Amino acid sequence: MADYLMIESRDPFDSSDVANFLALAEGLSKAGNAVTLFLVQNGVLPARHGARSAPLAVLAANGVEVLADSFSLSERGISANRLIPGIKAAPLDLVVDRLAAGCRALWH
Amino acid sequence: MKGKKTLTFLLMDAPFENARTTTALRLIDIAARRGYDINVFAYEGAVYLPFAAQKQHANAVHGHDVVQEDHPLPREWVEAVVQEAAKNGGRVDWVNCGLCVDERGATDAVAGVRRGSPADFWKMATSSDNTLVIATK
Repeated sequence: MADYLMIESRDPFDSSDVANFLALAEGLSKAGNAVTLFLVQNGVLPARHGARSAPLAVLAANGVEVLADSFSLSERGISANRLIPGIKAAPLDLVVDRLAAGCRALWH
Repeated sequence: MKGKKTLTFLLMDAPFENARTTTALRLIDIAARRGYDINVFAYEGAVYLPFAAQKQHANAVHGHDVVQEDHPLPREWVEAVVQEAAKNGGRVDWVNCGLCVDERGATDAVAGVRRGSPADFWKMATSSDNTLVIATK
């Protein structure tokens, strides 16, 4: 089994294929892989309570580590206490940490 | 350097167009501050990121002159990460895709940028600890 770093930069309001990326994360996790979904840029928008936040909550509840770039959150005026349960703010440094550790990285 | 890593990034976005450029250079900057060896393969519109002829401009709509506008230039960001990596014992090997450069006339790049081909990306990827491809939409 492998460690995956999946970086989502798009928001589901703009890009319907975000759902496919989340489905891939779910599938990799169910197959026994360690999966981190890192939200960045407009990808952080569904991390708030809202119409499109449910899929992220389900992922987080089912073993996917879901993180949101703290800088992207700040740019959009989203404070960490507005994130849905299971999602944590994290610095972009974490992406470099995981790359350096050899995680299989996918950008969307 | 103990724990020194080599990371490769492939960029495709032209400057002044997408937040992916900002995020990519944030990632490269973090790696540069750690003294990592960094490979960048700039493909398609990304070959304009280090384009030396980028110039700041005034903004008549906002009533700003050149100094007040202080428009950011990606070529300066590229130069900054090259310098930051060197300062911390690392290096940035920035390769612009030659065909992409020729198609766009983007031949004049800042110092530290060299011309190459997709074969360089393959070499970079196979000799790195990891590779991140940041593709256009």
